[in-house]
Amino acid sequence: MIKLNLNGKDHEFDAPGDMPLLWALRDVAGLTGTKYGCGMALCGACTVHVDGQPTHACVTPLSAVAGKQVVTIEAIAAQPAGKAVQEAWRKLDVVQCGYCQSGQIMAASALLSANRHPSDADIDTAMSGNLCRCATYVRIRAAIHEAARSLA
Amino acid sequence: MAELQLPNETVAGEDSGIRNFSRRAFLRGTGGLALGIYFAPLLGRRGLAEAAGDDFEPNAFLRIGSDGVVTVIAKHVEMGQGSYTGLATLIAEELDADWRRMRVEGAPANTALYKNLAFGLQGTGGSSAIANSFEQMRKAGASARAMLVAAAAEQWQVPAEQIGVRQGVVEHAASGRRAGFGELAEAAARQPLPADVRLKDPKDFRLIGQQKLPRTDSPDKTDGSALFTQDIRLPDMLVAVPAHPPRFGATPSKIEASKARAVPGVVAVVEYPGDERRFAGVAVLATNTWAAIRGRDALQVEWDESKAFRLGSAEILAQYRELAGQPGTVARNDGDAGSALEQATRRIDAEFEFPYLAHAAMEPLNCVVRLDEGHCEIWNGEQWQSGDQQLVAQLLGIPVEAVSITQLYAGGSFGRRANPHSDYVLEAVSIARAARDQGVKGPVKMVWTRDNDTRGGYYRPLFLHRASLGLDGEGRLMAWQHRLVGQSFMQGTPFESVMLKDGIDKVAVEGIDNLAYAVPNLHVELHLAQGIGVPTQWWRSVGHTHTAYATETLIDEAAVATGKDPYQYRRALLDKHPRHLGVLDLVAEKAGWSAALPPGAQGERRGRGIAVHESFGSFVAQVVEVTVKPDHSYRVDRVVCAVDCGLAINPDVIRAQMEGGIGFALSAAMHSAITLKDGMVEQSNFHDFQVIRFNEMPQVEVHIVPSAVAPTGVGEPGVPPLAPALANALFAASGKRIRRLPIGNQLQA
Repeated sequence: MIKLNLNGKDHEFDAPGDMPLLWALRDVAGLTGTKYGCGMALCGACTVHVDGQPTHACVTPLSAVAGKQVVTIEAIAAQPAGKAVQEAWRKLDVVQCGYCQSGQIMAASALLSANRHPSDADIDTAMSGNLCRCATYVRIRAAIHEAARSLA
Repeated sequence: MAELQLPNETVAGEDSGIRNFSRRAFLRGTGGLALGIYFAPLLGRRGLAEAAGDDFEPNAFLRIGSDGVVTVIAKHVEMGQGSYTGLATLIAEELDADWRRMRVEGAPANTALYKNLAFGLQGTGGSSAIANSFEQMRKAGASARAMLVAAAAEQWQVPAEQIGVRQGVVEHAASGRRAGFGELAEAAARQPLPADVRLKDPKDFRLIGQQKLPRTDSPDKTDGSALFTQDIRLPDMLVAVPAHPPRFGATPSKIEASKARAVPGVVAVVEYPGDERRFAGVAVLATNTWAAIRGRDALQVEWDESKAFRLGSAEILAQYRELAGQPGTVARNDGDAGSALEQATRRIDAEFEFPYLAHAAMEPLNCVVRLDEGHCEIWNGEQWQSGDQQLVAQLLGIPVEAVSITQLYAGGSFGRRANPHSDYVLEAVSIARAARDQGVKGPVKMVWTRDNDTRGGYYRPLFLHRASLGLDGEGRLMAWQHRLVGQSFMQGTPFESVMLKDGIDKVAVEGIDNLAYAVPNLHVELHLAQGIGVPTQWWRSVGHTHTAYATETLIDEAAVATGKDPYQYRRALLDKHPRHLGVLDLVAEKAGWSAALPPGAQGERRGRGIAVHESFGSFVAQVVEVTVKPDHSYRVDRVVCAVDCGLAINPDVIRAQMEGGIGFALSAAMHSAITLKDGMVEQSNFHDFQVIRFNEMPQVEVHIVPSAVAPTGVGEPGVPPLAPALANALFAASGKRIRRLPIGNQLQA
């Protein structure tokens, strides 16, 4: 049993400690909003927050998050930055296929939680680990600025 | 080989499919009712679970619940291109529905009801979703509206002509009576189908053409609730992860699975057959994905490679060069290009190389299969219902109607999920069948890992072009000879009879056999390479991916050779093509082509390039601005895009598709290549099959040419002009012509 705080609630995982957090979330906890894209921390589709930090769940063993706070896309609306990001995403219709967008939103939310006024260079740095094959990048940038404005 | 049968003729213009029909009866008939049961706990606030109850179902394309929600049944998969929003817009327009109360769900597989009118089969491709649905969906909406009005007229005892509909409210102004769609749904269901419906005059459109109509899929794609194939969880379901052969065409010969079986959670290891068109392999089935991946990685498989393909990209290219030196099959011949070339005072000779390209959608290929006696249920981001349904039925020896398919969101596709041989769907079914033979009764979710996906074949084919252009003493383009060499992926498919005639594969030469430029002597030849065992397939914008690059960089060379402005040079050769000119003029104006490009920083060189191309009935021109740095690396600063896709149904979706098409094309232009060595694919994941990242995306501006002609597609046409416009910009900045894609670090060489 591995105990951690998942989306604000204490949660016990009956899963091996070397199972990546991604699969524990998806297959054990049934939270399928966090996506599998590459399994090697190359694409960012699996981005979640661990103690507030954007983290690639696909390469993070479950044992490494024991006792920590894990937040996924399913609960990000509870945070001001997360809610602002989701609303900006909807306002600008950022999504296309949508598969990478949970990870994009988690990365953007982490950025705005730490930096309420990110520059384009800050956004480049924060978002370059998250691939989008639909190339929604233009709107992601605009939506992050939009969310920053709404948080101001 | 048993293959999918194409209908004898195209069906465009035939019966629109608007007729009385109960979708629930259909679902019952195919065993699809089980979907509701299985999905009830899986679907959130939007989904099939809502289908219960006595809804108004005027036709196969929509239903209206007593809550007033209008649910559109989308015959085209939503893979990012905005089809769900577009189809809903067409229906809502004629229904005069409240946009906020529109929902969309995927249609079941049923070719008779949901065929793509562009090709008579149920499937999504060729940027055809809106074009083929434009009239059909509006009729579906108008028909439902007429029945709601008739129901209100009957209830209120007033003439139907006095009743108006606005934003989901039916109203009789004179008496002040009003009712929502939900209140009238039950009564509307009892009305006879209108024999004929009149569609709106375009001047009365309220939703079509609206600049910013929210996408229907934004809410559930931003809170994690959108369901992709990867997200399906069914009772007793096992996850299957396959081990594929290292070379195309190999088969398992010896399997040592004891280590795989020892992984906790692993339930079964199965060998399954393939054929020359899909993998044979070994799959590990487990109760969770991680166990299945670990099990797969622990397998020790020896492969029989006696029939495997063993050439590398270099050997394939060498073969193609050999072929390019010999006459091919003529795809177009105007005048006498050979003689004109001999008389030319100036020649441009060029050879172009285009690599294999993987689609590399963010959602790796996957498919969920549940087999029962005589029946097969599939859950998939399904782009090719008719083909998959028929080939699965053939494989299992069951009737087509016994194969049901639930269409989910596809996490990208770019063409890959519409495989003409149903490769990944048949693989999933083969695994499920092999598992069933071992006593595994539950459903199976086949999941390809990223390396399976990258190495999974069905790439954009490798192509070699060789071209010679001849200019006369006054700089006029008099001769153009062009020879292409590559694989046909139409050979051996049901499309062969339509798409491959007299040795010409239409999609290999599309974009050059219809070259718009006025060239008096034009000669295009094609060699279809045989015996290359690398599976290939359509990849977003298909043949245009390479033909537009060759033609639009060559025309640029001709302009430069004659000292002409590349924009004006194109204009002069396109005077019989007003829609090409329309986008070209618009993009030049919006990009500020007539003004000098602002200089870069010290040591930087800036450049600007232009390209125009027609594909899938739409016209797109782009201007790309670049900066070449002192170390010869480069940055793409800005792309200005003009598109003419006829009547703009959803302008914001059109802009999004241009933005996305530009980014997708940029990956291929800058970085991406699948290469083979000794028959083995060298790339496996995003570290070596590179695509652009966030910081590489340029500023993009999209402008839409106002038009009243019938709408055409936008999913693909944004792709072709980008790479040549970029290469032309790099030439303007650096003086170097790029003739081999991807560009990589060729400027530094």
